[in-house]
Amino acid sequence: MTNVSVMTFNILSVLPILVLAGFGMIVLFVDILFSKRLGDKNILAYLSLAGIIIAAIVSRGTTPIALYSFNETFVIDNYSLFFNFIFLLSTGLVILISHQYMKRENINYGEYYALILFSTIGMMLMASGADLLNIYIGLEVMSISIYVLTGLKRSKLTSNEASLKYFLLGAFATGFLLYGVSIIYGATGSFNLKEIADFLINKGDVTGPFVYLGVGLIIIGLGFKVASVPFHAWVPDVYEGAPTAVTAFMSVGPKAAAFAAFIRILMTAFGSTHYEWQKIVYVLAILTMTVGNVVAVAQTNIKRMLAYSSIAHAGYLLVALVAANTLGVSGMLFYLLTYVFMNIGVFAIVIILSQRNDGFMQINDYAGLGYKHPLLAIAMTLFLLSMAGIPPTAGFIGKFYIFSAAIKSGYIGLAVIGMINSVISVYYYLRVTVVMYMQEPVREFYPLTISPFIVAAVVISVIGTLHLGIFPSKIMELVQQSILTMR
Amino acid sequence: MVEHSMLNLVALILLFPILGTAVNGLVGKRLKKETVSYIACGSVGLSFFTATLVFSGLLLLPPHERLFEKQLFSWIESGSFKAAAGLQVDPLSILLTLIITGIGLLIHIYSIGYMHEDKGYHRYFCYLNLFTFSMLLLVLGNNFLLMFIGWEAVGLCSYLLIGFWFEKKSASDAAKKAFIVNRVGDFGFALGIMLIFLTFHTIDYTEVFHAASQGNFPVGSFTITMITLLLFVGATGKSAQIPLYTWLPDAMEGPTPVSALIHAATMVTAGVYMIARCNVLYMLSPLTMTVVASIGAATALFAASIGLVQNDIKRVLAYSTVSQLGYMFLACGVGAFTAGVFHLVTHAFFKALLFLGSGSVIHALSGEMDVRKMGGLRHHIPVTYKTFLIGTVAIAGIPPFAGFFSKDEILLESLTYGNLIYWSVAAVASLFTAFYMFRLLFLTFHGKSRVEHHVMEHLHESPKNMTIPLIVLAGLSSIGGFLGIPGAHVMSTFLSPVFSASGHTKVSGAEISVHHGEGNPYLMMVVSTAIALTGIFIAYQMYIKKPELPKKLAERFRFIYRVLLNKYYVDEIYTALFVNPTRKIAVFFWKCVDIQIIDGSVNGIARSIGWFSSNLRYLQTGYVRNYAFYIVVGCIFIIVLAALGK
Repeated sequence: MTNVSVMTFNILSVLPILVLAGFGMIVLFVDILFSKRLGDKNILAYLSLAGIIIAAIVSRGTTPIALYSFNETFVIDNYSLFFNFIFLLSTGLVILISHQYMKRENINYGEYYALILFSTIGMMLMASGADLLNIYIGLEVMSISIYVLTGLKRSKLTSNEASLKYFLLGAFATGFLLYGVSIIYGATGSFNLKEIADFLINKGDVTGPFVYLGVGLIIIGLGFKVASVPFHAWVPDVYEGAPTAVTAFMSVGPKAAAFAAFIRILMTAFGSTHYEWQKIVYVLAILTMTVGNVVAVAQTNIKRMLAYSSIAHAGYLLVALVAANTLGVSGMLFYLLTYVFMNIGVFAIVIILSQRNDGFMQINDYAGLGYKHPLLAIAMTLFLLSMAGIPPTAGFIGKFYIFSAAIKSGYIGLAVIGMINSVISVYYYLRVTVVMYMQEPVREFYPLTISPFIVAAVVISVIGTLHLGIFPSKIMELVQQSILTMR
Repeated sequence: MVEHSMLNLVALILLFPILGTAVNGLVGKRLKKETVSYIACGSVGLSFFTATLVFSGLLLLPPHERLFEKQLFSWIESGSFKAAAGLQVDPLSILLTLIITGIGLLIHIYSIGYMHEDKGYHRYFCYLNLFTFSMLLLVLGNNFLLMFIGWEAVGLCSYLLIGFWFEKKSASDAAKKAFIVNRVGDFGFALGIMLIFLTFHTIDYTEVFHAASQGNFPVGSFTITMITLLLFVGATGKSAQIPLYTWLPDAMEGPTPVSALIHAATMVTAGVYMIARCNVLYMLSPLTMTVVASIGAATALFAASIGLVQNDIKRVLAYSTVSQLGYMFLACGVGAFTAGVFHLVTHAFFKALLFLGSGSVIHALSGEMDVRKMGGLRHHIPVTYKTFLIGTVAIAGIPPFAGFFSKDEILLESLTYGNLIYWSVAAVASLFTAFYMFRLLFLTFHGKSRVEHHVMEHLHESPKNMTIPLIVLAGLSSIGGFLGIPGAHVMSTFLSPVFSASGHTKVSGAEISVHHGEGNPYLMMVVSTAIALTGIFIAYQMYIKKPELPKKLAERFRFIYRVLLNKYYVDEIYTALFVNPTRKIAVFFWKCVDIQIIDGSVNGIARSIGWFSSNLRYLQTGYVRNYAFYIVVGCIFIIVLAALGK
């Protein structure tokens, strides 16, 4: 480790991150320098999209071996490349759905785009971190941007409140994470995931309970980010208070990033002790699915319902983590990709229909939508069916892989609980559909202004949801490839 | 390789109808009726055209290479379970594809005229295209899963189209009946497919049939018998055989073109297709073959006898369809798959013609379906009359019309490879067929007019777009039989690659084999023609010469007449045996179990979820300190768990 060669600072390996950082700063500068002449700031959205597309181009493709750089703290492998794709896709879609919303809510600040790009950098760092500290830094870069984004609507009290809550609790949870990292360092003498793994395999018995304590604390820190019960309490309040576009953003990318780190840490560093942490994750998975789904049933506000639904989805993903086999991890990656499409799709429709200051957010407001706006209603139905896991949508395939992974690892009980939860979820997802098609409108639909941006986002999401549901095998191959170089 | 580029077009056959469905379903409401019909007919027309290209591509190949599989994509793979979407073109599937798209096209065109005043015009064509797609999926799929998807999808379309006029209670009841009765069959079918997967670890046709023909399974093997019987349960539902035939006569509540397409020419023959497709498996199970043949023969006779006395023009045709399907199963059951498929083809021609003809009659009479209120129509609607006459002659089995050759072949095979009982049952049914069809013809078109006065004023021949399909079908019904004349059996030569694989199998002393019209065909021809003529003669005597005779006979043989008129009271028996007990059980469960126990517990659960929710709501205080506290609780819990683990 003392022999630091030039090659270990491989600038090319962080090129996507540099591109995003560069574009983020350009956005900030353009906003400040030309703020008088920018008008509705379309140019900022274009710039951000351009940055994302360029970043996607430079991080495309696959790599036959894992490339370590920066003193083995940063790794490029198919796993991180796949996650980069998920992050860039979700950020790109979020920019498409947010432009119109930001204008309508009068919060069309330039820093919105910059912060979203910076947050994406954090996610990429998390997925590529080969070292606990690097993952931690990524997590902070991602989170701090989101704390600010949550409070972007300064004039609205709930937005400020959500931001502060998220920040306080996030800081609290990060404390656990750091504490866990330091205990692991104390026990094994390293931050590096591979070295920790080697240490545990060779001299695991000398560490005593410290490793388990450390892993437990790391699980708390990351469990907070993925919204696992009982570390989920912030989710409904923050989701509801944040501007809807930001809610869409934080329900997908950061969650995927936290899972990326989760899988890499638990499978790479602590793979040899998986019998220990599996028990913890097992209980968390059951709690998360059940609480998420049961409480979602009672919600009347669509954003809050989606908040609990996102908790429930975190639960399904934890099931895959418990399975801890190749099928489980690939199922999880697949599910995260499908989750990007269906979740952002739903939020896009919610944004299209919502009015200023979060009007039109009650589920009952959707009554009669099927007749007034049939295409929107069909798209919404498709996304909801996918979330409920009904073929031929992507959500079905994702759940199929996750639950079959659990069964294959012998966790039949867990799979059964997951399926029961799935059934519960059908109730509240289909309730929206029932309201849309089978109830008379309770209020008037205002004429909608639909920008081409958001239409593009909906169309991409529809295509993604259907494509992954009908032709999943290509993506599944890619996913399986992406975990081969990981271990 | 020109033939392969032609064969590769096969996916397009499926694509066009589903595109038609999508367009008419999504925006059909805003389109003009004309546009809707162009889209619907155009898509089926293109599909038919592509099918002919694929067909010629297949013909260019030497006979033993006529099996083309096109893998489209694989859907789910998990361990040994592989669900792939692939299409299979072979003589059997392309033959059915031509029938489905060709006759489908004619019926689509006919529907333009028949449905032109209906307000659900685009909905109708959307369903009809969807049906075409599903049926094509059923026959073109290369594995049992796709067949199952098609099988269920045609059932759905059938349900939607029977209940097309859902405002009418009888229509929506009939739709429900069809759906529920088919559920019984489909359950068996699904179990059969699962058993196939358990036994062969694959659901791909080629692999399953290859494995089965390797001699790994002895003739009469229990597993194969179970598989084939379960699949046959599905066939009795879909193809309306005893005991699940009761839905088909009621299905006549749907628009008449639907009856022609779905409930005569295509969907109801799915069971025959399935058995022909799985001939390798069926040949391994003599018991199942006996069951298939017996059920087929019994259904042929049973349904024909009910058809003798029915008064609703479409119901007579419906029972006739059930009876003719029985013939096809009889043929399959004695191992004469070619004869079964041949009859399927000719039946598609003449039965579609008869249904469309009856639709033309009903159209002319402003919706009247009771033959007692018809009569003497031949001069008023001459085209309909002439074509209907051809159809009647064809089904009755008069040479050289289509039905003669196929039915004759079945009679011959049932005697050669079955036994005398099969033959005599089929022969009596054939007599009945000739009788009831001519009875129908005479009552409708001949004799004195019994048409009500106000209906008479609107009496008119149908428009061109309805009569042209009739004329085309009449042509096919006249000459279609030459595909299978003894000596130059085009059909059997063409189909032989599909059926030769199963080979000859020795079964319980008797030789059951796949065979194509051996024996002495000419003597049989004379006999079956004589039978048909006898039936026609009796009908002529009773309904033209002495119109008072039927009434006397009905009074003389009052009991038999009542039993036949009431369809052997099967519906009543089923109601008493299955429906009422089910309902009683349902009421019991509803009153006692549901309201008291389940509702009690559901409400209890709901209440406890409510309680749970409201308590969780207390948990969701909005105070950061509380939320932080939960994290600490979780932390303690994890530490305890970690400590326990150590």
